[in-house]
Amino acid sequence: MTDTAPTATTTAAIETHDLSIYYGSFQAVRDVNLDIQPNRITAIIGPSGCGKSTVLRAFNRMNELIPSVNTTGEVLFRGQNIYKPDVDPVEVRRHIGMVFQKPNPFPKSVYENVAWGARINGFKGNMDELVHSSLQSAALWDEVKDKLDQSGLSLSGGQQQRLCIARAIAVRPDIILMDEPCSALDPIATLRIEELMRDLAKDYTIIIVTHNMQQAARVSDRTAFFSLSEDGKRAGMLMEYGDTKTMFTRPEKKITEDYITGRFG
Amino acid sequence: MPLTRATEQSLPATSLKRKLRLRELVIQAVLFLCGLFSIFVTVGIIYELGKESMLFFGRTQWERTNKPIVAAISANDVQFDVSNIGATASPGEVIRLDDELLMLTAVEGSTYFVERGFRDSVAVPHAAETIIYRGVNPSVWEFLTGTSWAPHAGQFGVLPLLNATLMVSGIAILVALPLGLAAAIYLSEYASPKARNTLKPILEVLAGVPTVVYGYFALTFMTPFLRSIFGQDTVQIYNTASAGIVIGILILPLVSTISEDALNAVPRSLREAAYGLGATRLETAVRIVLPAAFSGIAAAVIIAISRAIGETMVVALAAGAGPAFTFNPFQAAETMTGHIVRISGGDLSYDSLDYNSIFAIGLMLFVMTLALNIFSQYIVRRFREVYE
Amino acid sequence: MAASNLQGRHRLGRVWLVVFQVALVVGIIALCALLFNILNGSFGFVAVEDTVSPESLAVNSVPLEELDKDTLVQILQAHISAGLYARYEFDKPFAERSAGEVYDLILERVVEPRFVAQWSLYETLTNGDAIRQQVAQEFPNARLEFRSWLNSHFLRAPQSSYPEIAGVRTAVLGSLWTISIAVLFAFPVGVAAAVYLQEYAPDNLINRIIQTNINNLAGVPSIIYGILGLAIFVRVLGQFTSGIAFGASDPATANGRTILSAGLTLGVLVLPLIIINAQEAIKAVPNSLRQASFGLGATRWETVWYHVLPNAISGIMTGTILSISRAIGETAPLIVIGASTFIQVDPEGPFSKFTTLPIQIYQWTARPQSVFRNLAGGASLVLLGLLLTMNATAIILRNRYRRSL
Ligand SMILES: Nc1ncnc2c1ncn2[C@@H]1O[C@H](COP(=O)(O)OP(=O)(O)OP(=O)(O)O)[C@@H](O)[C@H]1O
Ligand SMILES: [Mg+2]
Repeated sequence: MTDTAPTATTTAAIETHDLSIYYGSFQAVRDVNLDIQPNRITAIIGPSGCGKSTVLRAFNRMNELIPSVNTTGEVLFRGQNIYKPDVDPVEVRRHIGMVFQKPNPFPKSVYENVAWGARINGFKGNMDELVHSSLQSAALWDEVKDKLDQSGLSLSGGQQQRLCIARAIAVRPDIILMDEPCSALDPIATLRIEELMRDLAKDYTIIIVTHNMQQAARVSDRTAFFSLSEDGKRAGMLMEYGDTKTMFTRPEKKITEDYITGRFG
Repeated sequence: MPLTRATEQSLPATSLKRKLRLRELVIQAVLFLCGLFSIFVTVGIIYELGKESMLFFGRTQWERTNKPIVAAISANDVQFDVSNIGATASPGEVIRLDDELLMLTAVEGSTYFVERGFRDSVAVPHAAETIIYRGVNPSVWEFLTGTSWAPHAGQFGVLPLLNATLMVSGIAILVALPLGLAAAIYLSEYASPKARNTLKPILEVLAGVPTVVYGYFALTFMTPFLRSIFGQDTVQIYNTASAGIVIGILILPLVSTISEDALNAVPRSLREAAYGLGATRLETAVRIVLPAAFSGIAAAVIIAISRAIGETMVVALAAGAGPAFTFNPFQAAETMTGHIVRISGGDLSYDSLDYNSIFAIGLMLFVMTLALNIFSQYIVRRFREVYE
Repeated sequence: MAASNLQGRHRLGRVWLVVFQVALVVGIIALCALLFNILNGSFGFVAVEDTVSPESLAVNSVPLEELDKDTLVQILQAHISAGLYARYEFDKPFAERSAGEVYDLILERVVEPRFVAQWSLYETLTNGDAIRQQVAQEFPNARLEFRSWLNSHFLRAPQSSYPEIAGVRTAVLGSLWTISIAVLFAFPVGVAAAVYLQEYAPDNLINRIIQTNINNLAGVPSIIYGILGLAIFVRVLGQFTSGIAFGASDPATANGRTILSAGLTLGVLVLPLIIINAQEAIKAVPNSLRQASFGLGATRWETVWYHVLPNAISGIMTGTILSISRAIGETAPLIVIGASTFIQVDPEGPFSKFTTLPIQIYQWTARPQSVFRNLAGGASLVLLGLLLTMNATAIILRNRYRRSL
């Protein structure tokens, strides 16, 4: 809490304290201290295998679905450590949604894809409206409004990914995690998703993992650069964290500069 | 800490507290119990087989010695003369006169010295010419080594049944192994995908035919066929050869399918290396692929043997009804499974010798097949480690 | 030198190729022989003699089949014992029977056609003339008919000790009953166990034991399940399986050797197969679906119920049908738990005594008189037909499943 920027939004959406994550005995992520600003887009970049996905999944306890994972340290969401024993991971995921690398709509209708999450979360209001507004927010409504009954799998890849975003929005999370959401998409579809992210950032906190430097520079407000530790143990560490602009123009560390300018990675 | 308070004020605190999700808990418990059910089944099998087998081995059989007592005896005579016909009991054995049990303490010539009213029976007078019965307990040793199975006559050797089982299984594997292996090699190394897709289902149909139909086949086709080849006098109507061959056909798809999987698991690179050295297709298949797939094929054979040992209906119909200790495959001999089916066919009464004996035989069958299955799993596990 | 050596190696290769192909051909021949053998027993000539000729039953030169019902009833009454008549009256009053039914009864009880000799299909086709001569000489009163042992009467008629009128109705019904109970028991338990092992079970000792145990149970000989069924369902739980605990007290079935015991035994027998097949089907559901579901804040059960099971269900169904078709053919365990050797009445419910189709085949095959082998052949055809239907269903399901993923 020492690193809080002196802006109006003083508090972090997510804070980590000494977050370390292990796969069995292998330490994939070491001592990450990070605070994510609300209503901002934060990009996580870094070379392959440095633990970006692992950190991202730690933010909504998705790592637990892998049996061998062990997490230490704290992840604070609204001041509560989500790794405290009495915290329900299901509740956590309701507040912190996720969009995956490969579009993974349910093999159900477009409508059901959006409605399902809200329904199991006890949504009591007007479902048609919720589906409409979610699809609209995901910039997909115009394209699918006539095929709400069709299978989600019948959409194009880019549409499927926006459907997954709509699905995540429909449960009204506070934070949306996106793990390389555009890596399976063509440039035009990528552009649409990026525009969409900028729109969504008005209402949501977004954390995005990306391999694409330009993308990070284009969409994100802040950037976290991860890299492998140099002690031979290949644990992922947070190297540098700050405003995207600063980071891409005047990186503090040499390693960051090397990575951003494509000299390694 | 003012900062923390500020945090809580600016964002409405939401409870992330673990809720008591009763439905989830109940469902999980039910699912777990269903998973656990299989353990109950195994425990049930082992417990029942074990318990009833112990009763089998603990049960005293009364064997008629044909030896009568010479003169009538009173309720407190502790010695009496016996006739010299029939079998003589030895000291330490329990004998029976009418309903009274007596402990034989010594034998001198044709005089028996006894303790009366043994094991809570009541000492009563016995008439002259009362036949002496002697108590026999089946011992595990006798069970495993005796060459005659006639429990009601005090003979508890399971070898005739075991021998027939092994003969049938041996014949079956002699049929299934070469055929199944050759078919597997052809399917995996030679056949075009199209040929494989038509031929494999045909073999699978063989696997889907109920065993009782194979039994019918053995009795009405294979036996007459064998008799027409080897002569009516050589081949009995019921014989282990016919049953064995038909079981061989029955397990053929098992051998070929598992072997083919094993052959397919051999990496392409190994084959390519062999071809690169100028090996022909046959040489590659037999010298390179086959040895590499050896453990998988061994597992297939073991599973097939286990299946043949447990196979019941074919032997019940075609191998013969009645234990016989013979090594002639053209003679009738009852197998372990065949025996169980035959004596449990009627209304078997509980706690009878027959009832207990099927558990003893069943236990032996269970142990044999389980050992084979575990062995094959062990082999398969090792084989996985090599290629995955 | 090298060239001729290579030739030799290629020749050897060709020889062995032939050997490999022969092995497959032998397998196919075996299948053909099996099927031929069943057909061979199911069709063929029979020599039939009537105990009372239908002509002699004609009244006023109106042939038997054209007589009205009342006359037919009189004829029947005149030829059978009063006790038997009373029993028929009791089973179903003659007033309610149609003329056709009474006619059938007369054929069965009065005309009483008897098979004096029968021939296999092969003999019938290759040796017809000799058979005709033989019948003319040895059975002058008999007529020679070509008979399909599988016929509609065979399917509709109950078991009988007379091969002429015996059928598989009781056995087929018994099979359907037992298999239904087996499915009702094993399907939910098996799928639940598979869901537990695939979706819930952490990798710890007890779950590894459960998994190993299931794999081993799948290899236990079926007759062992019969012994287990005898000890547990028939003996220990006899009060329940014979229905006494539920108020059904038919003394004939009070010993627990009932459809319920048989069904539960088969259920336990197929359980490991159903579990293993269902596990495979559940494994095939892509992990991305589970992640998507959890990512939306779904609980584990919501994930399983709304996403895993709907996507695995056709695979589960296919596996279950294949397991069940194995259970339908099972004979040995049912003999051990005490299938009835002879029942003529349709099973009424789970507490009835039972027989099943494979048991019927076994019993007919084991009879010394060769005429029953023909019945066994016909019954085998019925059984194979049943299995074929089930497997076809499974294949259709599997294909649909492949397309949907
Ligand atoms: N399920 C797993 N089991 C074991 N180790 C894993 C698992 N997933 C990831 N790892 C290891 O953890 C480390 C970090 O993996 P992670 O997927 O987080 O990297 P990443 O930065 O997202 O890489 P990429 O850019 O390629 O997606 C890697 O060394 C990886 O091998
Ligand atoms: Mg990643």
